[in-house]
Amino acid sequence: MMFAQVDFWDLAWVLLYLAAVGYLGWLGYSHTKNATDYLVAGRKVHPFIMAMSYGATFISTSAIVGFGGVAGLFGMSLLWLTFFNIFAGIFVAFIVLGGPTRRMGHRLDAHTFPELMGRRFESRFIQVLAGLIIFCVMPLYAAAVLIGGTEFMATAFGLDYNTALFVFAVVTGVYVFFGGLKGVLYTDTFQGVIMTVGMLILLIWAYVSVGGVVTGHTELTAMKDQAFVGFKKIGHQGWTSMPQFGWGKPDYNLWWIVVSTLVMGVGIGVLAQPQLVLRFLTVKSGRELNRALVYGGTFILLMTGVAFTVGALSNIYFFKREKVVGRILSREEAKVIAKKEPGQKPATVPCVLLHVDTTGSGKADTHLVERGIDTAGPDGKTIPWSKLMPQAQITPLPDGRAEILPRSSSFTRAVVPAGPDWVFNPDSIIPTYITAAMPRWFKVVFLLTLLAAAMSTMSSQCHTLGSAIGHDVFEQLSGREKPGQPPPQATGDKRTIPVEFANSGRSDSAAQKSNRTIVIVRAGIVVGLLLAVTFAYFTRGGYIIARATAIFFGLCASAFLPAFVGGLFFRRITKAGAISSMVVGLVVTGFWLVFVKEAEAGAIGLVRLVTGGPNSILANYPNWPVVDPLFVALPLSALTALVVSLFTRPPADTHLAKCFGAGSS
Amino acid sequence: MLGIEDKWVALAYLLCLAASALCITYGLLRWNQGDEPVEEADQRWAEHETRESEEL
Repeated sequence: MMFAQVDFWDLAWVLLYLAAVGYLGWLGYSHTKNATDYLVAGRKVHPFIMAMSYGATFISTSAIVGFGGVAGLFGMSLLWLTFFNIFAGIFVAFIVLGGPTRRMGHRLDAHTFPELMGRRFESRFIQVLAGLIIFCVMPLYAAAVLIGGTEFMATAFGLDYNTALFVFAVVTGVYVFFGGLKGVLYTDTFQGVIMTVGMLILLIWAYVSVGGVVTGHTELTAMKDQAFVGFKKIGHQGWTSMPQFGWGKPDYNLWWIVVSTLVMGVGIGVLAQPQLVLRFLTVKSGRELNRALVYGGTFILLMTGVAFTVGALSNIYFFKREKVVGRILSREEAKVIAKKEPGQKPATVPCVLLHVDTTGSGKADTHLVERGIDTAGPDGKTIPWSKLMPQAQITPLPDGRAEILPRSSSFTRAVVPAGPDWVFNPDSIIPTYITAAMPRWFKVVFLLTLLAAAMSTMSSQCHTLGSAIGHDVFEQLSGREKPGQPPPQATGDKRTIPVEFANSGRSDSAAQKSNRTIVIVRAGIVVGLLLAVTFAYFTRGGYIIARATAIFFGLCASAFLPAFVGGLFFRRITKAGAISSMVVGLVVTGFWLVFVKEAEAGAIGLVRLVTGGPNSILANYPNWPVVDPLFVALPLSALTALVVSLFTRPPADTHLAKCFGAGSS
Repeated sequence: MLGIEDKWVALAYLLCLAASALCITYGLLRWNQGDEPVEEADQRWAEHETRESEEL
């Protein structure tokens, strides 16, 4: 039965949560309690609400399920990303970028990230290019968010992946269209509070169940030999150690994957996230940002810090503590896919799988590796999978069931069906842990946590994506907006606004805005959501959530960050410098993804098509095929902004006065 | 340290806590600083934003 593991109370809690979100959304509409309403009234948003709203937008199912699962594979080295999330994503973003972004955004009357960039550099091209980048790539990040929620629903409630994807996409999609776009602060805050409660319970439970902080870490350290052999080959040294560091040998691949892609790609990319930058525009003053730091710094620690720690600790549970009790319905000899690279033969592990019914429904709901099967390798030598893979201990019970100790690591425990195949799926690690290790009631709490995380992030993603195609691309190309034409400015501290502006708002304002723009915004959101669902439907396995997120964050950093930060702080950055920087960041990232980065180049397939062989043009030069594009593209993009600006004409003083305020120099 | 084998991972663990503590301390110390009056540009921006949001 499709919903065999969903009971009345599960549904009741979910419906109650949705009703609460709906009620808060209605309150928001009827009492005009979104951020801009506060500004219109000249009032401030409570810092707790501002921080929760920002945090709920920042943290999604991608961070909790996707990156949490990666920590289950690679260990606590992922905590470097948490550090960057807090230090760069909160401290630097709030204290260094927040105030200047808000002031410049308001002076230039910018309402989207591309518009801010376009007006700062008086360039329609910049606004359109930034809008197109966001529209084309944001669906990838939205897909990561969808997959995170889907994997949990599939594992925890016994749904097949496609059904879970449909349900999760419909719930979040309906929310986005009926209120989510307005970004009502009450709902964001409510969702942030639910996420906090859920992750706090998870943290305490996980540490208590392993005997405490130091005991748990010590136990995890002692199990380093249990790491999957494929990870050891690329530098895995245990779950409390950094991967082996070096250059020029495959043994160092993991270090470069963890540090260049997961830590730096996402950790730096957060500074140029269009949907997060917009949040600064809704703040009244620097004081609210100072106060929001208190809550924001705590919130992110509780989100990614907990997810990454629990992901790593899950190995202890699966290896030492898990007991599965149920009826073994069948045994199957299968080649479980450990790594799938398009165009290449998948790396498989021959195993005996147990299909177990733990609920008494007559249907297998748990799939475990009983043992590995020795097989001959390409060189004719035997690969002793029976020793390299977990060996489950099975004790028959009098009632015909069996007690099974899987003795797995998190990776080898996360066996899921994928069409006719079986795969080890890192994105199933956190869901499997929650389902197996936590009490049943927590499954609902965690589902609400993930729903809250997904809904708050996806509403802002969709808003940004729709605005990008409607406001930044369509309106610019159809000539309805005039870039670099901010409202008249200011003399001294108190700006004087001519009557026509004060009365009418932006020069063309709502009255002149074509209905077609609104249609395009909405159509853009629908297209973006459909692209996200399609991507989520066809892609499973290989920690795709973290990889898709890293691509989006890395591209934003490489294409936007130098021009954005330069535009905020340096008067000498020119329009040509900004355009060159964005183009270089985009082109180098694109080149790297198509030709060099093995996993993504393999999915695209161009190199393989041309050479008939490997997926990367640098396949014979380790560790280049696993280095993130950001490592190359961001320095080149920043250098380009600097050099081109030095050799091109500086912006006019009058324009700089509009951007930075007339009193500044 | 803390049962963590590698000093770099232990450092990351401690830095997470330190970064969070930095945010809290900085925020509390500057709790009442940084207030700015709402200017016409701010209000105009907010009015436009509200109008666009309503349209959407």
